Amino acid sequence: MNDATAMVEVRDLTVRFGAFTALDSLTTTIGRGRTVGLVGESGSGKSTLAKVLVGLVRASSGDVVIGGTSDQTASRAQRTAARRRVQMIPQDPYSSLDPRRTIGQTLAEAADPRRASVAKHADEIVHWLESVRLPPDSIARYPHEFSGGQRQRIAIARALITKPDFVIADEITSALDVSVQAEVLSLIAGLREQLGLTMLFISHDLAVVRDVSDDLVVMRAGTIVEQGLAASIYDEPQHPYTRLLLDSVPGSPGFSLAAK
Amino acid sequence: MTVSEVVAVPGRRFRWTAGLVAGLVGMGLVVLTAIVAPFFLSDAANALTSQANLPPSAEHWLGTDRFGRDMLARSLVSTRLTLIMTVLAIIISVGAGILVGTTIWMAPRRVREAGLRAIDIAVSYPSLLLTLVIAAILGPGTTSAVLAIGVAGIPTFARLTSNLAASVTRNDYVSTARLMGVSPMRVIVRHLLPNMAESLLVLGATSFAIVLVELSGLSFIGLGVQVPDYDFGALLASSLATIYTQPFQLVGPAGMIIITGLSAMLIGDGIAAAVDPKAGARSIPAPGDNAGSRPVRTDVLVDVENLRVRGANGKALVDGISFTVNRGEILGIVGESGSGKSLTAMALAKLLPENLVATAHSLGVDGIDLLGDVAPTTLAKSIGLIYQDPSSTFNPALRVGPQLTEVLRAHLGFTRRSARTRIASGLTAVHLRDPERLMRQHPHQLSGGMRQRAMIASALAADPVLMIADEPTTALDVTVQAEILREFSAINTGRSTGMIFISHDMGVVGALCHRVIVMRSGAIVEELSGDALREGRAQHPYTRQLIAATPRLHAAETIEVTQ
Repeated sequence: MNDATAMVEVRDLTVRFGAFTALDSLTTTIGRGRTVGLVGESGSGKSTLAKVLVGLVRASSGDVVIGGTSDQTASRAQRTAARRRVQMIPQDPYSSLDPRRTIGQTLAEAADPRRASVAKHADEIVHWLESVRLPPDSIARYPHEFSGGQRQRIAIARALITKPDFVIADEITSALDVSVQAEVLSLIAGLREQLGLTMLFISHDLAVVRDVSDDLVVMRAGTIVEQGLAASIYDEPQHPYTRLLLDSVPGSPGFSLAAK
Repeated sequence: MTVSEVVAVPGRRFRWTAGLVAGLVGMGLVVLTAIVAPFFLSDAANALTSQANLPPSAEHWLGTDRFGRDMLARSLVSTRLTLIMTVLAIIISVGAGILVGTTIWMAPRRVREAGLRAIDIAVSYPSLLLTLVIAAILGPGTTSAVLAIGVAGIPTFARLTSNLAASVTRNDYVSTARLMGVSPMRVIVRHLLPNMAESLLVLGATSFAIVLVELSGLSFIGLGVQVPDYDFGALLASSLATIYTQPFQLVGPAGMIIITGLSAMLIGDGIAAAVDPKAGARSIPAPGDNAGSRPVRTDVLVDVENLRVRGANGKALVDGISFTVNRGEILGIVGESGSGKSLTAMALAKLLPENLVATAHSLGVDGIDLLGDVAPTTLAKSIGLIYQDPSSTFNPALRVGPQLTEVLRAHLGFTRRSARTRIASGLTAVHLRDPERLMRQHPHQLSGGMRQRAMIASALAADPVLMIADEPTTALDVTVQAEILREFSAINTGRSTGMIFISHDMGVVGALCHRVIVMRSGAIVEELSGDALREGRAQHPYTRQLIAATPRLHAAETIEVTQ
């Protein structure tokens, strides 16, 4: 993973909200075509990192380079253009789709934010609906006609129709039932292979992350405690906190109900 | 997972209420009058005659004014001008209000904050005074009255729209659209306005009546419509002079104001009720018939036989399940959303929502027959309850202590002091440090894990024989979850409290529970031991499917998804 193949580089990134340091000198790289799993507990700063990457939060210091465009040196217009190539799939399938717009209108808006013409993009919309295993007639339906898992698949289609360079999936399965979660995960795994997606997959659930990630970043209290190949971290965690996280998963070999 | 997750009912039907129909009929008549009356009654309303100040008669139903004009005709003819003025004033208030209230949410944060404060200040300035000032500056007249009322109404509408817009912009689809590069104006037109439309319609209809009264008021005090034109207010003003000698002259304009205002109010309330999915008659199901019931078994802690929970439409949400919990046993109930696992627990705690009804052949805890009338005290003593979200089970406005001691004081006759001592030792038992200080704190000062520990301490305070925990670790971080699970396990071993532990997480249930029942669509599909679940030795295909769908930490057990 050298710089030439990096899609996203985070260099010494610090974000402060007043006196509170949300992210503290983070440095990490996301290689082209790779999926990085980001795990951490509440308050670890994983959502703040996602917000910096999509451009919702500005860095207090440090730099983020997306597709070669550096936040430090690029013009405002260039930064905005680079951020357009980043798509976020939100967590809550019930607030991510406008209840008053058809699925077609929602996807058309993603394909063409200005005109949002369903007729012009109909073929493209149907193609992406089929990619996420939804029937073509979904195009004329409204969000309330779909289940949580189906809505999440629509949100995935909306992110992918923009042909993004980089996708951030923020806890996209945490609101779903386990069998539905499995469907969405297998869909993500398939799309990743098919499209060569570069993805940051954020979750509090280590087992979920393990299924879809090449690399893993473990965060705690605004810092990265451990990062590297996912398989090797899961097999041999180096940092005590990573070990604690793994051992806390009920059913894992290290888990015990005995008082510590 | 919980009852609240039942999703908003799609495609809800528009509900016609009597009030809405009455309002629409009334407003329809008023509008018809406004259109038609000036064509037919202008002569009677405007021609000066010698028949001044006549009392009501067959010819002049409401009498005549001091210039001999028919009061009924004048009242009806004035409807057109009054309605036009009211509508124009509303268009100014609502139009400008919506513009300000929505664009403010598309503006950068600092501009937005400044704008919101500016609106706050404008709203706090009495709109009546504002109206009078504007009217005084512009001088009396129809146009200035409309402008004055319209402009004075802008801050209120800007405030209301910005509140509505605030809740809509919190939705992910708004931020997603903005991140995709949709321009602010398009976000407003595509996403904000359609999702605010119903509420704005209600507000518009309700404020119609207020604007009508304000406009009439301006004309009444002489700042509005000037002679020779007249609206309801001007008519009212001219008939005031003769209130002692010719009181009936007031009836026309006053009646028209009341009818028009009332119709608008009824329409507003009617629309509000019609678009609110929660409003309307909530049908309460007929009380259950526990035919075939038998005495409660005393050899087990929990005795449930043929428990059914059904809704008002008669649909069975829990469909005749039977299970027992032994003393000192942890029973897990696992299932996906809609499986009925939470309802089963709520039925045991007698906490079902009133639109659901439970029936059973037997429903008992510790020998107490829950099918009959049970004193709250008995229930509070026997069952401790722990819910999913520790942040919403506490009232954020009150300190932690009184909330934790409430059950002891309310049901078990503890004094304040003794309840505090009891809870303090309970808090220590669940590994919370400095319980005295903790009880003086407010809920937001505690972490999620601390709040859940506190809830456990409170549930344990009455030393219940059964604890029912509904997804108690779902909202917690994984390391905190592990600690809380250890707490449950320690309580079970130490006090041999029986537990019903409800979860969607196969791993959690397998790790903690002695025995597990798997539910789907209100029925039990399989009962197995915790060990069997942990080792994946399930018999039923559905349980196997759930286990397969659960992601594992280690590659050895590959997940196979059955589509």
